[in-house]
Amino acid sequence: MNMQQAIKMTAAETALVDAYTAEIGDLPGDGAVLSLRDTLVHELRTAGLPTRRVESWHYTDLRTLLRAVPAADPSAFADRVDAVVPGSSVLPVRSGQADLKSLPNGVTARSYTESLIDGSAVAGLAVLGSDDAIGRINGGLVRGGLEIEIAEGAQLEAPLEIQVVQSHGQAHTRFPVSFGAGSKATVIERHLSTHAEPSFVSSVSDVTLAEGADVIWIIVQQQGAADTHLGQIRFNLGKDAKLHLFVINAGGKLVRQEIHGKASGEGADLTLRGINLLGGDSHTDVTFTLSHDVPHTTSSEIIRNVVFDRAKGVFQGKILVAKDAQKTDAKMACNTLLLSDDADLSAKPELEIFADDVQCGHGATVADIDHTQLFYMLARGIPEKKARGMLVNAFVAEIVEELEDDEELVEALEGIISAWLEKHA
Amino acid sequence: MLEIKNLHARIAEDGTEIIRGLNLTVKAGEVAAIMGPNGSGKSTLSYVLSGREDYEVTEGDILYNGESILELDASERAAKGIFLAFQYPVEIPGVATMQFLKVAMNEQRKYRGEDELTTPEFMRRVKEAAAELKIAPEMLRRPLNVGFSGGEKKRAEILQMALLEPKLCVLDETDSGLDIDALKVVADGVNALRSPDRAVVVITHYQRLLDYIVPDTVHVLYKGQVIKSGDKTLAHELEAKGYADLIEAAA
Repeated sequence: MNMQQAIKMTAAETALVDAYTAEIGDLPGDGAVLSLRDTLVHELRTAGLPTRRVESWHYTDLRTLLRAVPAADPSAFADRVDAVVPGSSVLPVRSGQADLKSLPNGVTARSYTESLIDGSAVAGLAVLGSDDAIGRINGGLVRGGLEIEIAEGAQLEAPLEIQVVQSHGQAHTRFPVSFGAGSKATVIERHLSTHAEPSFVSSVSDVTLAEGADVIWIIVQQQGAADTHLGQIRFNLGKDAKLHLFVINAGGKLVRQEIHGKASGEGADLTLRGINLLGGDSHTDVTFTLSHDVPHTTSSEIIRNVVFDRAKGVFQGKILVAKDAQKTDAKMACNTLLLSDDADLSAKPELEIFADDVQCGHGATVADIDHTQLFYMLARGIPEKKARGMLVNAFVAEIVEELEDDEELVEALEGIISAWLEKHA
Repeated sequence: MLEIKNLHARIAEDGTEIIRGLNLTVKAGEVAAIMGPNGSGKSTLSYVLSGREDYEVTEGDILYNGESILELDASERAAKGIFLAFQYPVEIPGVATMQFLKVAMNEQRKYRGEDELTTPEFMRRVKEAAAELKIAPEMLRRPLNVGFSGGEKKRAEILQMALLEPKLCVLDETDSGLDIDALKVVADGVNALRSPDRAVVVITHYQRLLDYIVPDTVHVLYKGQVIKSGDKTLAHELEAKGYADLIEAAA
């Protein structure tokens, strides 16, 4: 395909390009950043948003699904809300602008806008590949975010909560975060909308774990029923680094959360847990790739989907094991409860293994509520509606409870889940 | 207390008739044993009594305290005091045993228009009943029945029965998978619940359990009907001679 030949742009594509054109001269960046932005937007203009013909977007035809993009409005931020876990250090990002006040010991942060202005952000702005639509949109339009550094050996007692609260309009944020050797921290990346008007959010987190870092990173997506959320987290795990990545999708109309990681140090370990609570007419896609690049790395992925109404869920998971990555141990599972006849879920787990001495497996299940379990609860006098609610809750709560070391965190996440279920079930 | 009249029931999915004109009366205070060979409809009877939707009643009636319960769903029957101790208690990952007990007790109370239990009162009752049944507190913190041994599962069933204080207890093959010590603990638990205003239906394949839970009446089930009723000596007879003679006589 000739990239120069312009396609006929959809309303959403036009709106994105217009947002860029309208802000030109105002978007932060040095010469290199601005020139890269230009390239990214040019690619968007010529290639358009990805369609189902692009393999990684097969189940989420963004060009068709994204009907409209609200105009950017610099005043479209909302006030910060209470943290998920009481006692967290909250770092609010208002309309893409970071607000830095009291940071805990061992944490330094600066506004990402500064990294754009001084040009240090340019390397990170590169897209991951030709199909990286999120990286492209975000790179073109990003205005702010936070660059955070957790010092070597720092042990954070309370979670850090990055809070992107949007009322309407657009927000494009980036969060490069590096965890020093031997550091230990819990970060909650929270996206939520406080108003019913549609908003369009793109956000890219770029996370690096140095040797022996031990990190819990939780993405809590609670956008409104009219919102589009395009999220991406990239991570790189050093030697013996341990990442417990938890993704909760509990909102949004059109959501794609990408997770792209590399286990590049021996002994690195990833635990990925995802909970997708889907209802209404929403479309939610979690797309995950992990490459085990060196020997003796481990990963375990469990995704639990609960799908009500006419909602559609997508999980794509691809684990790559490089030729030299012997003794890799990787297990991936995707389990789904379909709770209405019109609910839908597509799961595509893939393994690409080039090493010969590995243990890798994947599995996917789709089911309705277990009738034997339901009857058992009824036979104890629990009314059917309540029993169903408990079983759905149990299906997802099971993987939250793995975080048992942190009771407050478990309680907070269970609270988000049961609040969502009470509204939808 | 329980009156089953000419009951016919079939598997909803494929229409196979399992219960074929069953008659049975159990009075308050009575312990009735239902015995019979495999496939005679024993477990089906327990499910039909407790309202499992996989079975359809096509004829006859089940009266509980003089009222038909056929229109009530399983949770309503339970709240009215019918309890089924399962042959295979169901594992429910993600639901802690304590939470399950509390919800079950309070939902039944709500149905009956009673106040919910306060947490301290709930804890007191559970602690007491668990101690009687030699159930360790850490077992109650685990997800319901998950990773419990066969004996632990059956004790957990009796614990639920003790806490829910039903009027009609149906024990489906409660002895299966139990060693003799566990059997005694379970039987003691059941015997402790015997009272003039409570009836117990013990469904069992073997006479063994009836040495510990001594029945007032024994009924032999075959091809979905009660083919013979008697007192506890009937159970001993069956143990000695097997079902063959009875079945022949009934044929």
